Amino acid sequence: MSAPSRPSTTFGVSSRDGRDPLGYAVAAMNKLAQSELLDRLGIRKHAERAVFTVTRGGFRTATTAGRAFAGAGKRGRPGTRPGAASARGVFDLTPTEDQQLLVDVVTELATEVLRPAAADADTACATPPEVLAAGNEIGLPILGVPESLGGLSDERTAMTGTLVAEALSRGDLGIAVATLANGSVATALSLWGTDEQQATYLPAFTGDQPAAASLALTEPTVLFDALEPATTATTTADGYVLDGVKSLVPRGADAELFVVGARLDTGANALFLVEAGVDGLDVEGDPAMGVRAASLTRLSLTDVRVPTHAVLGSDDGATYAECVRLSRLAWCALAVGTGQAVLDHVTPYVKEREAFGEPVAHRQSVAFMVADMAIELQAMRLLTYKAAARVAAGKDASREIGLARHLCASKGMKIGLDGVQLLGGHGFVKEHPVERWYRDLRAIGVMEGGVLV
Amino acid sequence: MTINLDDPKKLVQLRDQAHQVAMNMLRPISRKYDAAEHAYPKELDLLAAMIDGVAESGASSGAGAAGVKRDDEEHPGVRNGTNLASVMSIAEMCWGDVGLLLSLPRQGLGNSAIASVADAEQQERFAGVWASMAITEPGTGSDSANIRTTARLDGDEYVINGEKIYVTSGERCDAVVVWATLDRSLGRAAIKSFVVLKGTPGMEVERLEHKLGIRSSDTAAIRFVDCRVPMENLLGSPEIDTSSGGFAGAMATFDNTRPLVAAMAIGCARASLDLARDLLEQAGVTIDYERPAHVQSAAAATYLRMEADWESARLLMLQAAWLADNGKPNSLEASMAKAKAGRVGSDITLSCVELCGSVGYGEGELLEKWARDSKILDIFEGTQQIQQLIVARRVLGLTSAELK
Repeated sequence: MSAPSRPSTTFGVSSRDGRDPLGYAVAAMNKLAQSELLDRLGIRKHAERAVFTVTRGGFRTATTAGRAFAGAGKRGRPGTRPGAASARGVFDLTPTEDQQLLVDVVTELATEVLRPAAADADTACATPPEVLAAGNEIGLPILGVPESLGGLSDERTAMTGTLVAEALSRGDLGIAVATLANGSVATALSLWGTDEQQATYLPAFTGDQPAAASLALTEPTVLFDALEPATTATTTADGYVLDGVKSLVPRGADAELFVVGARLDTGANALFLVEAGVDGLDVEGDPAMGVRAASLTRLSLTDVRVPTHAVLGSDDGATYAECVRLSRLAWCALAVGTGQAVLDHVTPYVKEREAFGEPVAHRQSVAFMVADMAIELQAMRLLTYKAAARVAAGKDASREIGLARHLCASKGMKIGLDGVQLLGGHGFVKEHPVERWYRDLRAIGVMEGGVLV
Repeated sequence: MTINLDDPKKLVQLRDQAHQVAMNMLRPISRKYDAAEHAYPKELDLLAAMIDGVAESGASSGAGAAGVKRDDEEHPGVRNGTNLASVMSIAEMCWGDVGLLLSLPRQGLGNSAIASVADAEQQERFAGVWASMAITEPGTGSDSANIRTTARLDGDEYVINGEKIYVTSGERCDAVVVWATLDRSLGRAAIKSFVVLKGTPGMEVERLEHKLGIRSSDTAAIRFVDCRVPMENLLGSPEIDTSSGGFAGAMATFDNTRPLVAAMAIGCARASLDLARDLLEQAGVTIDYERPAHVQSAAAATYLRMEADWESARLLMLQAAWLADNGKPNSLEASMAKAKAGRVGSDITLSCVELCGSVGYGEGELLEKWARDSKILDIFEGTQQIQQLIVARRVLGLTSAELK
């Protein structure tokens, strides 16, 4: 299957729509508007930035190898696993002291570092290195890595990861994804890696300069179903050949290591560890409506050869399905944090903004929108927490994660939509961050992979 | 302390027992008393006796609106107590039948009020009394501070005059807790509640309403004409304290009862979801939690949306009860729970009728009945709009004068 690697030339017009005479006239005007004449006369206001990076699609390049991952550890021996969090069977909404401490630190990072950097990062389609460094400094990449492997956790961290993702995205969702992308791969290695895989790759995350890495699951097809990937892994004598295209891959141009989802000859899905720089692995910019600070890319795999031991976890589909779930859970947490950011922003705004002689918040039509925002946000949060706590306790959470994803996709988008509406014209312009949150919240329900808890 | 939102282990047995009672005692008579409106469901006497027995044994809080009084005792750690037990068991009972749950002897809202605000002497005197609650008047619904029923002190008795409507179990109960004002000019601070025993001269049940749903529950209009009650029957303080929130105290009862109504909506909606899923699966519809809704059938997509709404509404309900169990303020969360559960209850029960077509609409199944029963749950104990008003004021930090 070949997915279009260039932007569509139909500009989003459906094939059932067509030009009428006025349409042809308008199209001709548009040709003129695009001609270089305007530029030579110096009447175009903004020069387009023709840099590669990820602000534009269509510039395809081979991935470049990062650090060399020296093989280590024992092939085939199971890796170290974080244990399940203790469960007392008490209904409780109180985080542990450690979790609260971490959330406080992350909240400060989100407020002091992420939020001020958010608008520029969104425009540049890149998170500044110093912001990424700040995330590394507080240990985000190794949050889900067991202590014995140089990480921070002594048990399953799905709940902690959920709280952290929520707190980060309260600052900015795009940057949150950028800062969580490599830690997601490290967590995946901790959950499913063999002794060899952990010994080979985890040191690159636990050191001073944590590796960039990315989890690639989404594909550029309409009605994409993560459980039916078109990317294939064909068995060969000494490993697999991977073919396919992955879209919306965070920081793909920088990543030194990818975890890629693919379907085996057996019909089961599996995850593969693919090092950047391997033959046939190309990357290009894949900018989208939102989540732009995460430098989204499209990853093309053409006859990419990987060894047998590149399979991460089981080859019967179980690990792959679990990975999809944990990723969806992380996106739910990001939706909750972003929703909270919207609520935090509109609350003072509607109390200050006056119309007809009093604050607009004094009108029920406005106040009730805020009330519904608060109600649905808390509903999203509780459902996400329930799912996360079940994962942390080692229970099946497939139903809860599925439901949380449905709720966060629809109610999260509604919060973004109402956030813009409550600010009126001010919500539509970039003076306020609500238009960015609107764009970011559309990602929930669309994105698969990229982050996981 | 560990975040966990699964049902508390120690209450699972109570929940499952309530489910069995609902399945085996309420469901078999559900349609019968929907059809025979105003007939007394005599089967409930046995059930009420059973609940009394369980309550006396101290094993649990029972299945109804028993005590919602805050327990001020010092307990170490996080508590999963009476409030969680109540919402969980009420939800299960309402999975059986909302109207019958409301008709359970000695489990009325008046009992909640007595349990919440009565002093020790009154608790003892009114023990075993089935008490209903009379707040609403023909001209006063949501703005309960505006009631016109008066209570005038004459000697050692209060003389009550006025008309109350929508009194749940107003005919079958032993006593009515009536809201009346001592002095209309002093506003909400002058509103007090009085226990009026049945048979007191001057109190008369005028009529029973014919309703859209919860038809097994009797809803009475009661008139008070120079009805004299002993002054010891006033609940709480007789003083009119305009400075602090005397009325706020009365309204605070709602913080405890609103999660219970949310529980009713949760139970009723779950009944619809369970049956609809069964019927849909028989019709060949499969519901997959992990596939995108868009690659499933429209019926499955609708179902997933409803179940996500339901699950989150139930968690809001549990949150409100958990806060109460742990002595934390829950006014905001109680209103959030009732707002979400109320509207989700209507949406789910109505959508399940639609999904199941004429099977859902016909009286052959109970889906149409649940779609009628659920509507009241978005109205009584504070309508959807009142809940939104409360949530909005809290979130925005506005007074009732600013956000009217």
